[in-house]
Amino acid sequence: MWHILKYIARRGRVTEPAPEPLAGTHRPAHLIHDEILAILGRALAIRHVDAGSCNGCELEINALNNPYYNIEGLGIRFVASPRHADLLLVTGPVSRNMEVALRRTYDATPAPKLVVAVGDCGCNGGIFGESYASCGGVSNVIPVDVSVPGCPPSPAEILAGILAAVQARPPSEAVPADFAPGFN
Amino acid sequence: MDFFGLDCRFERLDAPVPIFGARVHAAQWSALALAVAEAKGRLVSLWGSDERGAGDGFAVSAAYATADGLLWAKLGLEAERPAYPDISRFFPAAIRMQRAARDLVGVEAEDAGDVRPWLRHGAWPADYFPLRLEHTGQERFEAQADAYPFVLVEGDGVHEIAVGPVHAGTIEPGHFRFSVVGEKVLRLEERLGYKHKGIERRFMGMDTDEGARLAGRVSGDSTVAYAWAYAMAAESLVGVKVPERAAWLRALMLERERVANHLGDLGALGNDAAFGFALAQFSRLREDWLRLNRECFGHRLMMDCVRPGGVARDVDAESCAKLRRQVTAIASEVAELKDIYDEHAGLQDRLVTTGRVTPELAARLGLTGLAGRASGQTADLRADFPWPPYDGLAVAARTHRNGDVAARVAMRFEECFESLRMIDALAAGLPGGAVHEPVLATRDGIGAGWVEGWRGEVFVALETDARGRIVRCHCHDPSWQNWPVLEHAIIGNIVPDFPLINKSFNLSYSGQDL
Repeated sequence: MWHILKYIARRGRVTEPAPEPLAGTHRPAHLIHDEILAILGRALAIRHVDAGSCNGCELEINALNNPYYNIEGLGIRFVASPRHADLLLVTGPVSRNMEVALRRTYDATPAPKLVVAVGDCGCNGGIFGESYASCGGVSNVIPVDVSVPGCPPSPAEILAGILAAVQARPPSEAVPADFAPGFN
Repeated sequence: MDFFGLDCRFERLDAPVPIFGARVHAAQWSALALAVAEAKGRLVSLWGSDERGAGDGFAVSAAYATADGLLWAKLGLEAERPAYPDISRFFPAAIRMQRAARDLVGVEAEDAGDVRPWLRHGAWPADYFPLRLEHTGQERFEAQADAYPFVLVEGDGVHEIAVGPVHAGTIEPGHFRFSVVGEKVLRLEERLGYKHKGIERRFMGMDTDEGARLAGRVSGDSTVAYAWAYAMAAESLVGVKVPERAAWLRALMLERERVANHLGDLGALGNDAAFGFALAQFSRLREDWLRLNRECFGHRLMMDCVRPGGVARDVDAESCAKLRRQVTAIASEVAELKDIYDEHAGLQDRLVTTGRVTPELAARLGLTGLAGRASGQTADLRADFPWPPYDGLAVAARTHRNGDVAARVAMRFEECFESLRMIDALAAGLPGGAVHEPVLATRDGIGAGWVEGWRGEVFVALETDARGRIVRCHCHDPSWQNWPVLEHAIIGNIVPDFPLINKSFNLSYSGQDL
């Protein structure tokens, strides 16, 4: 245990400021944290769905959990079930063999729900295109709010896309004015 | 050359690793499979192709790893009745490959035991074969009912747990059907193919340069291995030798890809045993690693950095110095983390004896790559057939015999240190010269590439037509061999250990679904 604590203490914190939604500049974590709370009234829960990617995008989505990006610190977390999710983070192209599973996942997500398509393939099918086996981009199967191009997009770009989707959430679907975070 | 006294002339391909190709007839096809099995060789890959464009009917190919190199045997099949002798009785790993070849090309293994579809779920009809020349691959069909007959386990108290295709974490899709009694797993049956996105059809008609981009996206975590195997195939087809500096840079990138994946897996394996500290620290190291990839090679995962004829861009002396400094820094951090892993009794308790694959079982099922080496299978192409620049690096292939999760963790630590040593040597001694030699196929030919990726051997077979367009490109992932072994590794373990065991293999879904 002593060894572990010493190791942690020597490395310190490496977390960096989060990016501006879909832009280059960085913003401090507490602003994003407050913003997510103002819009949602609680942490943003994300369900990732791989609908047929090459797994390159998954590597970069996983990287969002590393201490540099520290998305849990921003009030964003990945959840195990679509029923617990506010946002679906979908990588593609959507293979024909995953079409039904993706639709069911979308249907299982409670409204209002957001969808972010990740990667060139998620945007438009990318190099795999449309064929007997591929439906192409995610928007050919379910409605998409924000698309993040790149092959694969960097973790910062994916995070910027997630933040853009949260901000673009229509006010009518946002939290009721009398909503207070916590138990109610 | 003649192998196993089969009276069949194998021609050596113009590749830096020994690869031999020959057309065989049906009797030789079976005799070769038997001879390779008796000589303790391995089945690397099996695939079908439609050769009616050249007036030859269909064909089925098998690639075997032997002590002399890789043998690619192709058997021509009648256009009216494309059937070939089953080889799964010699090599169990052939079962799923034969099922996939039937789904894609419509060539049948005679008397095969398992004839369920593999890649075809319900998205296209049973009489549609996407790689046949009369189809464009652009056809669309109404989805059909998809009732896959899983093997039923019956008995008192046995129940099934169905998992997937959408899993609970950030992971690729596939279906696992567990038959359990209480917590104990009696049987696991995998069903894959969910990510089948028509890659092999996509290759058809591309020129060899376009194909390189697609090959680099068969499995994103192994993009360098695929890009190199594909480039080797294209170069052997045209007969071009890559400049020495380019070969060194390729090896540098391949070893960096290996380290990146091992760092990610070591953290994830700790996390799956509830050791969150490990995930935080290893993912931090991995991020440092990927950022320097971007700085030196222009891409975090080094996609499209290896291309036919060499590499996409050169690295300067300053980058080499940075790469070397990082090797020193990461090596000391990983060494310290290894001590922490070794000392942690709670962690070791989860890893030791969990998900065991004995060397005997591994040999029988053809377990390959890193997982194979953790179960006493010594094969490592970098050590067995060292091609430049590995011939000057004296690669030490490690093996363990316990075959449990702990052995696969130990393999990753050891391979990490060995790759770090090689990266340092490569960056220090990088020869001068060009990094690219133009390669573009303009005639018909065959080529093949065979590379030891981080997961295991990646193989690419490439064939072009008279204009140099791709008529068939088959990309093989070592996950084909290792997925069926995972079904055995879990037997007798408890359900909550499955994520740990699965992660210790960390197999590619995309690479096998194609």
